[in-house]
Amino acid sequence: MDRRKSIQTIILGAGASALAFHGCKTDQVEGDKVVSDMEETKYFGRTPKELERIEKLKAEQLFNEHEMETITVLSTVILPPKEPHGGPIEAEVPEFIEFMGKDIPEMQTTLLGGLMWLDHKSNTEFGTEFKSATLDQQKQICDEICWYDTETSLDEQPLEIQFFSLMRNLTLTGYYTSKVGIADLGYKGNMPNVWDGVPQDVLDQHGVAYDPEWIAKCVDQSTRGVIAEWDENGKLLT
Amino acid sequence: MQIKESPEVYDVIIVGSGAGGGMATKQLADAGLKVAVVEAGPFFDPADPKTMTQLKWPYESPRRGAGTDRVFGEWDMAYGGWEVEGEPYTQAEGTDFWWYRSRMLGGRTNHWGRISLRFGPKDFKGKTRDGHGEDWPIGYDEVKPYYDKVDKLIGVFGTNEGLEDDPDGFFLPPPKPRLHELFYIEGAKKSGIPVIPSRMSMLTKKINNDRGVCFYCGQCSRSCSVYADFSSGSCLIFPAQKNGGQVKLFVNSMVREVTTNEEGKATGVSYISKDDRKEYKLKGKVVVLAASACSSARILLNSKSKQHPNGLGNSSNLVGKYLHDSTGSSAAGFIPGLMNRKMSYNEDGVGGMHVYSPWWGDNSKLDFPRGYHIEVWGGVRQPNYGFGFNPNDFNKFFGLKTGGYGESLRDDVKKYYGSVIGFGGRGEGIARKENYCEIDPTTVDEFGIPVLKFHYQWSDLELNQAKHMQDTFEELINNMGGEPLGEKPGREQNYGLLPPGKIIHEVGTTRMGNDPKTSVTNKFNQLHDVDNVFVVDAGPFVSQADKNCTWTILALSWRASDYIIEQLKQQNV
Repeated sequence: MDRRKSIQTIILGAGASALAFHGCKTDQVEGDKVVSDMEETKYFGRTPKELERIEKLKAEQLFNEHEMETITVLSTVILPPKEPHGGPIEAEVPEFIEFMGKDIPEMQTTLLGGLMWLDHKSNTEFGTEFKSATLDQQKQICDEICWYDTETSLDEQPLEIQFFSLMRNLTLTGYYTSKVGIADLGYKGNMPNVWDGVPQDVLDQHGVAYDPEWIAKCVDQSTRGVIAEWDENGKLLT
Repeated sequence: MQIKESPEVYDVIIVGSGAGGGMATKQLADAGLKVAVVEAGPFFDPADPKTMTQLKWPYESPRRGAGTDRVFGEWDMAYGGWEVEGEPYTQAEGTDFWWYRSRMLGGRTNHWGRISLRFGPKDFKGKTRDGHGEDWPIGYDEVKPYYDKVDKLIGVFGTNEGLEDDPDGFFLPPPKPRLHELFYIEGAKKSGIPVIPSRMSMLTKKINNDRGVCFYCGQCSRSCSVYADFSSGSCLIFPAQKNGGQVKLFVNSMVREVTTNEEGKATGVSYISKDDRKEYKLKGKVVVLAASACSSARILLNSKSKQHPNGLGNSSNLVGKYLHDSTGSSAAGFIPGLMNRKMSYNEDGVGGMHVYSPWWGDNSKLDFPRGYHIEVWGGVRQPNYGFGFNPNDFNKFFGLKTGGYGESLRDDVKKYYGSVIGFGGRGEGIARKENYCEIDPTTVDEFGIPVLKFHYQWSDLELNQAKHMQDTFEELINNMGGEPLGEKPGREQNYGLLPPGKIIHEVGTTRMGNDPKTSVTNKFNQLHDVDNVFVVDAGPFVSQADKNCTWTILALSWRASDYIIEQLKQQNV
């Protein structure tokens, strides 16, 4: 994705019509500077110690090949891919689950035990491991364990329900924190922009309105680049 | 091993680089004094791409933003937390105090909420008002000029509302409310609870040519790379250096004690360098402690000498006493009116809330003496680890099944995205002598420095206040047509009152006063016992108020700095 271009679209396009040009100029330069700084580096803000721990976890292996394949198959049953934003594989959900299992070791028993349960169940019912069962057979197994009771703590529900719930959570969070998942969600933030209120159609949809008196006190984005000056009583003059 | 002593003598040694230390650095260096700043953590500049987390996407990390390494999520800009490796603290039996530390230049100002509230006239006179606690030796009128200067130097948005106990200031204009905040305003109106624009230190408008203007990424907790939010390094320490000030930074330097001479006056500090694990000494004419309320108390208590056998400045035996944090109780609600959000626009806004409720109640008619304000959160925020968990849990409110799998989960996630509003009540607890920290002689940190032991209990006054918060939140959620999430905490759960320390507003350990027997510092943050030692963090606070402490730390640090400059001129210290 061309982030720089998106920022320009946002700043110069939608929502920016009210902006005077001196306001825009600053925003664009600052926004661009931040983005160009980011693009020059592969860092994601870790301290050396934090990076070391991440490298150490990455070097360890939690799931064997069969387990990783099972996780991949199960995650795509949970969240089937959909055009144009793919699914768990495009979102690298299996790799993410492998990492989180090491990062938060408390999840390991549920994950490892649950995977064994899944194969045991599939073998018992269909004489084959879960990953090799047909989609219909896989769904039959999932149908039995995919509902949970919101009135009871999850720890008090059967392991297979806990396992499925954890897998669903990790699959969804893994997908919706990925590039493809965020595109599917439609989240428009994490970009330099100029906030100037909720669009009218959204206000209408939710049946709310801005109070004109309140709005009159809010920032006039066309003068955001002008240095603030006040009178002696704190009244903003610029 | 011989302690290495530097021959240089600084005019002032400042311990700690957060709000208090940063402001002292700026004022004292601008006045031409030679300043050493000693910081326990590494150098940090929010503009450095290597440490920056602003505008990162969750997928840039293998854990997608989870809080395994940093307790508020991995993009949060605090090196530390309630637990710091190698730096333990202990608790008296029955105490559950949480001590948050951030080891880096700028300290906790790099990630804080930027809620920048002045104390009002009543806040300085608690005892006169209701008999609880103690009055400050100063009043609003004495601090007001400094609040005004802080507003103009650092920048804070808000509005002049003419409220007696939430005084007017020199505000930048606030951002417009977001969708969920409009729901909150409506809901609060039904209960007669006032809502006004937030007062937070982000630049919605330019204040000088050195700092950028907010570009609304909503990530102030990551520390702003264009310096559009207040962090002590970017807004005070770097400008002091840029101004030609003589500022020498000692980072990765953990202060052990304030050193003293035969007359009992301070001569400087000793510190341990984390780089080579050796002890060093710095000499200074004045020592300014700004290490955070508890850390400064620890340094004073550990600075024992023939002249100060009970620790420095502790003839009153009150160093560490009157420790108090803000009270905090929270709730969240699912608001059906916020379902099915259109994703056509970016509503990140500034980091944190655009609106809030200052305290509105009349305590003379309530069973608790002090107020609280309400902080509001919600909206369609950046997905990170945990997003999408229990994606259709709210089905239960419609009599539908929860769980399942398949393509419908995509719809569930989108249907409920941004439909939750949360509230944090942040209130004033009473400062009590019985709540304190002291040195635990049985435990040291990895630098061999004796650590703190905490003693802290909430009283019924704080519990009653938390109950009021919970009742209010329930009413607000009902007013918005929503459903409360989770069980409403009752007496057995302390009405959701968080353990002390959790709100990270700990203050009061070196409280100020006119009487050296009942206070540690005088009204200029100067130790009664040693005239060349000052404390400019939240230690000298007599009471916390239903505000947040940072703006008052900044104002009082500036005021103390003016006093130090004056005293040095007159050769009084």
